[in-house]
Amino acid sequence: MEKGHNNTTTKRYGMVIDLDKCTGCGSCMVACMQENNVPFKKDETDKIKSITWLRVYKLNNGKPYPDTEICYLPRPCQHCSGVGDHGHSPCVSVCPATATDYGMDTGIVSQIYTRCFGCRYCMAACPYHVRYFNWWDPVWPKGMEKSLSPNVSVRMRGVVEKCSFCFHRYQLAMDRAFFEGRKEIEEHEYQTACTQACPSKSITFGDLNNPKHAVYELKQSPNAFRLLERLHTNTKVYYVSSKEWVRMAGDNYLKDEHKEMARAKG
Amino acid sequence: MKLSRRCFLSFAVGAAAGINLTPLPWKLTDDLSIWTQMWPWTPVPPDGEYTFENTVCTLCPGGCGISVRKVDQRAVKIEGMKEHPVNNGGICVLGASGLQYLYGPFRVESPMKRVGNRGEGKWKKISWERAIAEVSEKLGEIRASGSPEKIAVISGNREGTIAGLWKRFLNVYGSPNFMTPASIEDSYEAALYLMQGAKGSVGIDLENANFVLSFGAGLLEGWGSPVRMFQASVKVREKGKVIQFEPRLSNTAAKVDKWVPIIPGTEAALAMAIAHVIIREKRYVKNFVDTATSGFKAYQDIVIKDYSPEQVAEITGVPESLIVEIAREFAEASKPVAICGRGEGRIPGNVHEIMAVLALNALVGNINSEGGIWSVPKPGYINWPDPDLDENALAGLQKGRVDSAGSEQYPFAKSLLDLFPKMINEEKSYGIEALLVSNANPLFTMPDNESVRKAFSKIPCIISFSSFMDETAQFADLILPNHIYLERYEDVSTPCMFQKPMLSLAKPVVKPEHDTMHTGDVIIKLAAAIGGSIADAFAWDSYEACLKETLGNQWDVLKKQVVKVDYGFAPNPWAYESKTGKMEFVATAINKSPDSIIGIPHYEDNGIEGEAGNYILIPYDTMSLSTGYAASTPYMLKIVSDKVLYHEDTVIQVNPETALELGLNEGSYAVLATAVGEARVKVTLYDGIMPNVIAMPSGLGHTGYDDYMGNGKGVNINQVLGTVEDPVTGLNAAWGIRAKLTKA
Repeated sequence: MEKGHNNTTTKRYGMVIDLDKCTGCGSCMVACMQENNVPFKKDETDKIKSITWLRVYKLNNGKPYPDTEICYLPRPCQHCSGVGDHGHSPCVSVCPATATDYGMDTGIVSQIYTRCFGCRYCMAACPYHVRYFNWWDPVWPKGMEKSLSPNVSVRMRGVVEKCSFCFHRYQLAMDRAFFEGRKEIEEHEYQTACTQACPSKSITFGDLNNPKHAVYELKQSPNAFRLLERLHTNTKVYYVSSKEWVRMAGDNYLKDEHKEMARAKG
Repeated sequence: MKLSRRCFLSFAVGAAAGINLTPLPWKLTDDLSIWTQMWPWTPVPPDGEYTFENTVCTLCPGGCGISVRKVDQRAVKIEGMKEHPVNNGGICVLGASGLQYLYGPFRVESPMKRVGNRGEGKWKKISWERAIAEVSEKLGEIRASGSPEKIAVISGNREGTIAGLWKRFLNVYGSPNFMTPASIEDSYEAALYLMQGAKGSVGIDLENANFVLSFGAGLLEGWGSPVRMFQASVKVREKGKVIQFEPRLSNTAAKVDKWVPIIPGTEAALAMAIAHVIIREKRYVKNFVDTATSGFKAYQDIVIKDYSPEQVAEITGVPESLIVEIAREFAEASKPVAICGRGEGRIPGNVHEIMAVLALNALVGNINSEGGIWSVPKPGYINWPDPDLDENALAGLQKGRVDSAGSEQYPFAKSLLDLFPKMINEEKSYGIEALLVSNANPLFTMPDNESVRKAFSKIPCIISFSSFMDETAQFADLILPNHIYLERYEDVSTPCMFQKPMLSLAKPVVKPEHDTMHTGDVIIKLAAAIGGSIADAFAWDSYEACLKETLGNQWDVLKKQVVKVDYGFAPNPWAYESKTGKMEFVATAINKSPDSIIGIPHYEDNGIEGEAGNYILIPYDTMSLSTGYAASTPYMLKIVSDKVLYHEDTVIQVNPETALELGLNEGSYAVLATAVGEARVKVTLYDGIMPNVIAMPSGLGHTGYDDYMGNGKGVNINQVLGTVEDPVTGLNAAWGIRAKLTKA
């Protein structure tokens, strides 16, 4: 079973985000919202209720002036594969409606809005806060509905939504490939909206299993880490930072734990 | 049959088990979600044919190429244009959310005439014929009264055919008053002119540099062409190093190799001290300095006498040893460059500071050479025949400008919009009868808002050409709305700080959403309606015809490929346009007497307005807030941190030490008072700011547009900021203002 899922024909789409390059400008967030018909309200300053599939967090090293350092960390859905890549991600495991599922062929955790009845178990289970609940029906100011994309369905009150790694782009790319008589797509044919928009090119997206894709090498950097690795969620979003304090911010450690050792062990 | 309790229970349990074995519960949950989701008001975006169209984003002077994704005739996404020389596929938040301007309800949908009091918001829709007739009658009247100089244009377009048409219109009409919102580019151009005689714009060959000293330039805050700067700074850091001098740990300071905090407004002194070390240790490029420059001796004397690292450490707060270390590193780098400008560069700044930075570049020999600071010739594609001016026009043009640009006091300035309110309010100049505002929103973007509003109140007729119900449009008497950038043709010349001459063509990618008209067409129609020599000067049928004729054979090329860059361009580092043919350390154009230092780079303590002893308030810029003509979109406001804007309140950054002195905590409310105005703000404690300095975000506090566009959210920083006149250029040199902060 395990072997079957890990053989080379199975794709595991993932990201490597270079935090040394990320400037926190927010282009990825806006590109994501425009691509995925994410709604907006008049007041979005209450961040708990603000739907952002991709959110950029501002981290600091906690030191006083003038030794303060800050770092930005973009957080899309981490698309957890679970131990052994069996697809037991925290959210998939708890969904009573199979509204969220793990794609064994792509490694993408889906969200099917018409199946979701809003129990929000997945939100409670997700350690990364990537899931958002629609407390209200989305309302677009007069005329602005015109900019909605037909590739992504608009969500309604009562459902949970999250980053899909722009799965519709994968579908469009695959359709095109089939149409042209190909069975597979090239790396550049499927890129997420955030990857494409990033002005400093800090996001790299591709198949983590495919040695020809840039992410394959990048994820093996000694400076690469994932968020909350010790939960064994086996996420597919890798971060790279040359700063130790940033790498340490990716997980929780006991006070007297030897941090880099603990991190290496995972 | 009698139903016993036992029987009933077995039946109930059996039924429950039975139902659970059927698909019914699952079908019910599924149906439940469907029943509760199929609302008729949930939009279902119509599908259609997908296409991409390339054009240029003109929301800022960055000149990025964009690809607009369309579904049939609807635009659904804006992406960066692949392999574009400026942005290479990247896009900023403003560009990415551009469709919200296109489809927003805050657009002016047809020509409007004010019916209530000014600013009351009562409007009447009128036809285009009527609107043009009203404006032309009004302008005709003013001209007939014999004072054509009493009209003025504020134009967001600095170069290109729209600016060209406005200038031509004013010229034949008889008014010299073409004003543009000021920016760091004006000061750079003035400095280049003073030191090199160059009449072009400034270009920074950042991509080829490997050591950048940035005196406050917000490379990651929107300075120059934002996306290009993002990519260039990554490139520089891969090869070398970037050091940022800034009072606050901005995004730029956080992401470069080293942040050096500096007391606001003392950057020029630091540049001079770095020069001091380089000269003292004879590390400068002697060949360049000896051959291609003049006035080095006088500059050297000042630098050595007044700007030793110990003296400057005191002024700037930067430790002496660090100044020496950085100076050595800078001089030793193979491709060093020094740049300056605050935040995104909206404030023009002190010309002597730019001169000090240019002098520093000259010492390392990178003026006009690879990886350095270039002067880029202005585009020369507009070659319209000179118009015939009648007597009325000639008389008007003699009067001098209302903003005193080009006067005896400020001979080098082309436009001094920031002085305009003062000239009107203090009656230092003739009054203005009609003000035409095109592609600009001065009532929001200009410092000391209140005085701008006061000056505008004295102008009997204000005509806005804005596409949006912005602050200036709200205050206007007539609005003649322009198409927005995705609906119109426009030529775009070399972007801000770009090092190669470039020309691009923005073209309509969607049909106009509303009953709007291209401002270019409006100018041509107005001219025709006024008649006489004015009509004769505008022989074109339409703006499109004018643009087509102006671009000549480039029209077809640009329509196809959007952009054209003169990649072969390289300025000459050994010859300058100044009278001496050299790069002048002492600008002979202004240094009339040998004792004067006005033409020599130096530090002047004039960047901060107000009484000493108070805290220094500095504005800060962030990519997620637009500070210019185009207001922040709903998507931009959505990503603004709650430490910048919290519900209706602007959040200011204060060092914890300063906050302690003032008895302020995280989330406290405070009153910020300056000589210009007062504002109620919320406080956040930020370790990344110098003690005694307060940072406030710019771009908030709109009162125009609508609630989704930030109407009533936060305080406009221009309510508390003032201006300081630069002694040479007259441009606004204020880096900040002294402020009092008290617990509310």
